[in-house]
Amino acid sequence: MTFPEELKYTKEHEWVKVEGNKGRVGVTDYAQHQLGDVVYVELPKPGAFVKKMEPFGVIESVKAVSDLFSPVSGKVIEINESLVKAPEKVNKDPYGEGWMIIVEMMDPAELNDLFAVDAYRKYVEEESK
Amino acid sequence: MDEPLIFERSRRGRKGYSLPEEKLKTKPQDVIPDRLLRQDIKDFPEVSELDVVRHFTHLSQRNYGVDTGFYPLGSCTMKYNPKINEEAARLRGFALSHPCQPEELSQGVLRLIFELSQFLAEIGGLDAVSLQPAAGAQGEFTGMRVIRAYHEKKGNPRAAVLIPDTAHGTNPASSRLCGYGVIQVKTTEKGVLAPEAVSQAMTEDIAGLMLTNPNTLGLFETNIKEVAEVVHSKGGLVYCDGANMNALMGIARPGDMGVDVLQFNLHKTFSTPHGGGGPGSGPVAVKKHLRRFLPVPLVVKKGTKYVLDYKLPDSIGKVKAFYGNFGVMVRAYAYIRSMGASGLKRASECAVLNARYLRERLLPYFDLPYDSPCLHECVFSDNKQKEKGVTTLDMAKRLMDYGFHPPTIYFPLVVQGALMIEPTETESRETLDEFVEAMIAIAKEAQENPEIILSAPHRTKVSRVDEVKAARELILKWKP
Amino acid sequence: MRFLPHTEDDIREMLEAIGAGSLADLFSHIPSHLKKEAPLRLPPRLSEQELLSHLSALSGSTANSESFISFLGAGCYDHFIPAAVDAISSRSEFLTSYTPYQPEVSQGVLQAIFEYQTLVCQLFEMDVANASMYDGASAAAEAVLMAGRIKRRTKAILSMALHPEYRSVIKTYCHGQMDIQEIGLTKEGLTDLLSLGRLADDTTACVVLQSPNFFGPIERLGEADAIVHRAGALFVMAVAEPISLGLLRPPGSFNADIVVGEGQPLGSPTSFGGPGLGLFATRNAHVRQMPGRIVGQTADKEGKRAFCLTLATREQHIRREKATSNICTNEGLLALRSAVYLSLMGKQGLRRLSEIILDRTELLKKRLKRIPGLSFPFNAPAFNEFVVRMKRSPEKLVTALLKKKIIPGLPLGRYYPEMKDCLLISVTEKNSPEDIEALCKALQ
Repeated sequence: MTFPEELKYTKEHEWVKVEGNKGRVGVTDYAQHQLGDVVYVELPKPGAFVKKMEPFGVIESVKAVSDLFSPVSGKVIEINESLVKAPEKVNKDPYGEGWMIIVEMMDPAELNDLFAVDAYRKYVEEESK
Repeated sequence: MDEPLIFERSRRGRKGYSLPEEKLKTKPQDVIPDRLLRQDIKDFPEVSELDVVRHFTHLSQRNYGVDTGFYPLGSCTMKYNPKINEEAARLRGFALSHPCQPEELSQGVLRLIFELSQFLAEIGGLDAVSLQPAAGAQGEFTGMRVIRAYHEKKGNPRAAVLIPDTAHGTNPASSRLCGYGVIQVKTTEKGVLAPEAVSQAMTEDIAGLMLTNPNTLGLFETNIKEVAEVVHSKGGLVYCDGANMNALMGIARPGDMGVDVLQFNLHKTFSTPHGGGGPGSGPVAVKKHLRRFLPVPLVVKKGTKYVLDYKLPDSIGKVKAFYGNFGVMVRAYAYIRSMGASGLKRASECAVLNARYLRERLLPYFDLPYDSPCLHECVFSDNKQKEKGVTTLDMAKRLMDYGFHPPTIYFPLVVQGALMIEPTETESRETLDEFVEAMIAIAKEAQENPEIILSAPHRTKVSRVDEVKAARELILKWKP
Repeated sequence: MRFLPHTEDDIREMLEAIGAGSLADLFSHIPSHLKKEAPLRLPPRLSEQELLSHLSALSGSTANSESFISFLGAGCYDHFIPAAVDAISSRSEFLTSYTPYQPEVSQGVLQAIFEYQTLVCQLFEMDVANASMYDGASAAAEAVLMAGRIKRRTKAILSMALHPEYRSVIKTYCHGQMDIQEIGLTKEGLTDLLSLGRLADDTTACVVLQSPNFFGPIERLGEADAIVHRAGALFVMAVAEPISLGLLRPPGSFNADIVVGEGQPLGSPTSFGGPGLGLFATRNAHVRQMPGRIVGQTADKEGKRAFCLTLATREQHIRREKATSNICTNEGLLALRSAVYLSLMGKQGLRRLSEIILDRTELLKKRLKRIPGLSFPFNAPAFNEFVVRMKRSPEKLVTALLKKKIIPGLPLGRYYPEMKDCLLISVTEKNSPEDIEALCKALQ
């Protein structure tokens, strides 16, 4: 299970990478492990607005489905189209090629409400018990 | 060996049909404009009758039914389907009657529907029954719609329904279909509902509670009467999912426990065949004061005549065209008349005996998450085997190599890696012992040779099927 | 009790193994005030022979298409069922199996359903079909809800020429969720498309038409397609008599977005109205919103072609309250029967059958036109059903003809009060020219 240092994390197992005033969002290694083989990802259209900790899409494996929650509020400016044909990228490379959306952040202060890497790692340990 | 698709057997000009050969007087284009006529049914098969019979016979040989062997699917009640029921359903008056024919010509079928309603009311301890719903889920929808109609008539439809975390997925789905939100209630560590938990959640904005008794862990909801009182005290109604009635026939009745609405599954408790996924039938029974909301028509007796009664002004309407799955009702009726009261009670007693016996014999080998006495089904988990990397899924696949259909897996959701086993009463002690032997062998393999389980099944027509590929690359029909 | 194998010895030994004293002990944890002391009040049980005798009496006192000449249709059609259909569907590996959740031991049912899905798509000319719904009426209701989800709009427009029971079921299912509006007919017995044009707008999720419609006429589907899609709504078509598609242009060719239908005429008996078979098909773009089970093709570990249920995440057992529907058990056995039936009939058989039916219907119409007192209110091209207006009460006519063992059709007053002087007559290939002659003589 990997936990990149520079990312911030949500309770629902999404990560966000800060790139200037933008946030790149995906699901964590723990999440893809729990879900199993991802078969489908439903993403919003570019231009849509997302709100912090509200669902922006859906991720499906064969036996489970989960809402995807946005770590931050703002406008979706880019989505990872390649996940339509290759949803397995989420399993193979959740922090790299498995990225999902890029959000232009309305309020970067929201990042303070998220887990830093150590807190998230602890949270996952608790959940796994 | 692959069995080709029927389309792959097709040859142009081959015929499998027999129709009168008379010369027709009407040319379609004389009566119907060209733009409404079809030129061809593209890629439709053209095969001989033997092609069809052989093809589907081969397919049947790649399938497993109750008649093939033990089928311990928890929550499905895969009991023996009596053959006399099939003969009954084929009787001319049943098979070839039309729902719109005049009532005076349909006294036999109307009487069957009427009497079956009465039997079910008696078995469930309720007052009025609609046989219209075509399956358990449709019965749930009907029952919840009735509950909504009741509240709407009182002026406040209310907003949500309480559902325990052990519930079958159709329960929240049916509530949602009625426009209700779902509030989950946690069951206790003993696996049942506690009145306190319900009390905390119950308000005057909650339409009611949906529960299953015995629940999906196979446990009797011992607090059901108290729970019902909590719900009633705030003006709510209690819905019972009767999928597990096979544990209680002649022993206890949901209607006597405070239940207001109950649906049966004729294709479970009452021996009608599952047919590879239906047809089923999900009759709904209600207490007197809810009869007015039931779907129309109801069959009533007026003197010596049986009549279709459409005069229910508060009825929720219809959930299915005509009267319900009559062909399935015939089979259930035949079963109940074959068993009688003492037979049904004995069936439930033996169903529970069989499940308790399996539980006892499997206990040393598999983790039992809830140790309360089970009724007609028992739930184990893969905790003991997981350390060796063997999951419930793997063990289910390995059971096929021993000639058994696997139990239900990964349900209920409150148990991680659930293995739900429902033997039913029609299985002999010898069959149960054979099943236990196989399960013990698998438990041993999990310790000594897990690889053989992880790569199972080995002896079936196909090896483990790639369900991920099926979902990622959708091929949902044949293309030339 | 021949279904219960337990001997006294079995019971005693099993109880011992459990550590219980008696069968009653198994239920001792149930609070006694909740247990039923007295036996259930049910009639005494019958032996197999007595049962068959009793059921034969009930069956015997019910009219059927062999004891009566019947011209009833109205969404339930009596066709000839080839012997091979029963022979195959009664094979116990099909009949007594469950939903194919474990694909390795259920390839038979799975492949049969995959073939059924394909046949439905070919018949309708649509992209994808599910493994069945309960019947045409509930399939129509689910289609309306599906359209509401896809378009995120709440208005649904139904034609009054859509089967009255379908409309009733749609209203029950959509209560509180969709705003159902109905449009009436033209004097030709077709859906009033002018009305539709006025009513369909950007709040409309879908429009539902049946063709041939409840009264028999084939709807003006090309025009309807244009009107519905101009409003940005989904075009839902209902086919109550799928045999008509042996001859008539399929719904898919009119740009239908969702097609539903009743599959009972495809190889299953009328059976007093149930079980039915809900046909359901849609376009690829909407597959994830489609309710019901779906079988997909895949491979096993060794690369052999195999089939399994797929896209299960739409369904109740996974999605629970967010599921596309609550459906679980559907009409698997009837789907199998229809696959066998359509394979036997093939493209030529279905065509020939529908031509025979059209021929017989036209024969009956011609003969009836010569009978005074009868008129034909609707003259648009039709297939197997038509409406006859008469001077005497249709109900009285039906009663009078019972003595001659003829059921002439369905009096429409109970569904359409303004048509209480009308009778709906339906013809299938089981109505021989002699039957037709008998009806005409009786009506003279």
